Amino acid sequence: MKHVDAVIIGGGPAGLAAAIELRKKGIDDILILEREKKPSGILRQCIHDGFGLTRFGETLSGPKYAARFVREAEALQIPCLTDTTVLEVTPDRHVYASSSEHGMMEFEAGAIVLAMGCRERTRGAIRIPGTRPAGVYTAGVAQAYINLKNKMVGRKVVILGSGDIGMIMARRMTLEGAEVLGVFEVQPYASGLPRNVEQCLNDYNIPLSLSHTVTDIRGTDRLESVVISAFDEHMQPIPGTEKEYECDTLILSVGLIPENELTWMAGAEKDPGTSGAAVDENYQTTVPGIFAAGNVLHVHDLLDFVSLEAEALADGAARFLKEGSLPACNLAVRGNELVSGLTPSRISGEDDVTVSFRVRRPLRNCTIELVQGDTVVKRRRMPKALPAEMIQIKLKASDLSQTDDLEVKVTC
Amino acid sequence: MLREFTCIMCPQGCDISVEFEGATITSITGNKCAKGEAYVTQEIENPMRNIATSALVDGGDLPLASVRLTDVIPKDRIFDVMAEIRTVELSAPVHEGDIAIHDVLGLGVDVIVTKDVDAA
Repeated sequence: MKHVDAVIIGGGPAGLAAAIELRKKGIDDILILEREKKPSGILRQCIHDGFGLTRFGETLSGPKYAARFVREAEALQIPCLTDTTVLEVTPDRHVYASSSEHGMMEFEAGAIVLAMGCRERTRGAIRIPGTRPAGVYTAGVAQAYINLKNKMVGRKVVILGSGDIGMIMARRMTLEGAEVLGVFEVQPYASGLPRNVEQCLNDYNIPLSLSHTVTDIRGTDRLESVVISAFDEHMQPIPGTEKEYECDTLILSVGLIPENELTWMAGAEKDPGTSGAAVDENYQTTVPGIFAAGNVLHVHDLLDFVSLEAEALADGAARFLKEGSLPACNLAVRGNELVSGLTPSRISGEDDVTVSFRVRRPLRNCTIELVQGDTVVKRRRMPKALPAEMIQIKLKASDLSQTDDLEVKVTC
Repeated sequence: MLREFTCIMCPQGCDISVEFEGATITSITGNKCAKGEAYVTQEIENPMRNIATSALVDGGDLPLASVRLTDVIPKDRIFDVMAEIRTVELSAPVHEGDIAIHDVLGLGVDVIVTKDVDAA
């Protein structure tokens, strides 16, 4: 067993940013554990540009954005064990991992950073009826085949779900010569960003059908067609609206699930609002010394916010390592019925804090109020708020009380 | 003429309403910054886009290197440029910033590599 001050699980954008920031804060003994052959996580395959506007003030491709962090980590000589799978994290901060090269490994960590990211929701998870032919892929899997392995997954494509990755794959497959028949979304609004509706779908005349979803998958060996039905406001299919689309490929972009198995093994409590770990303003879970940030905590709309959140996490983790504990965070953070994915779930009221959340449905001219007791700590009016966009509000310690819970109220 | 645009210059995706005659904008509302006006002006005159795709790599640890253009090109030339990119094969190792095609189709932009691919 080896002691390491900070073990970081995951060498994607969150893990890399946390590692670099921890080193800059004087934590020398850091180890990144990464499942893939190289660090950078999902960015290896996100070859489109648009990353980095917030963090770097310029628009970069995914690999280029990742390379900045990988190079900095290398320059700082932060060790990263690749091809290494973490099997277990315990509440007393032992990490068990294995790799072909090193066999079983056990680390005793001063602090642990959970940065495992998320995985995609699959056909099974949304229970689409029908046969089980080849040709049904999640958007990320199709993206990996096309962008990393030079394997085209199909020629006549239907896309289910208007998540950003689905729309980006609609454009990508069109550029590679496929015919994309349409993007179908069960909700009455697009789940990805408006700019992607514009530049990935409208630019290529790919129709987006809202309140529609796949209700049957047909074909024996290879996908032959899908049936699409219109859905009503109660999310029920409307009989008689079924339409069959001949296609050889169905791409699913129906949501991401934070990969939290290790988080629960470690004994961290779940935040029912995010389904990720409940964390305080330092991104510390309910288990002292175990921190979480990035898409494993809550699914972000923009990569830049993942990096910034992981850097903020490093503040708390470094302080924990130096001082042995962090101040108690006894004030709860709650949202009203229009708020989803609210994090953190606890604050101290003694420190600056960034509160992140989304709205549950598209809203026009809404007001966001952050309230403690009878005091409105911050008020923001928004002409437009979309579930696709994460809202972040920064609060200063000087504006907060140390006695009252914080409520996020969105009214429209 | 009145037209609604969704700005693609940043993730804010502003809804921009524009009145214009010919290529002259007479009123513009909804953009939170100057990039929005520049984008809309361009859209009215001649829509331009960047593209990101991949180029083949011979002898690399991956078969492809991601590439993009150094600047935007006319939207109606996207598929011409895609076809041109398909004709090149780079030799590993390739490095981020390498020029895959200089002045592609005489459009005044280069195709550049955005990812390192080591030799296998």
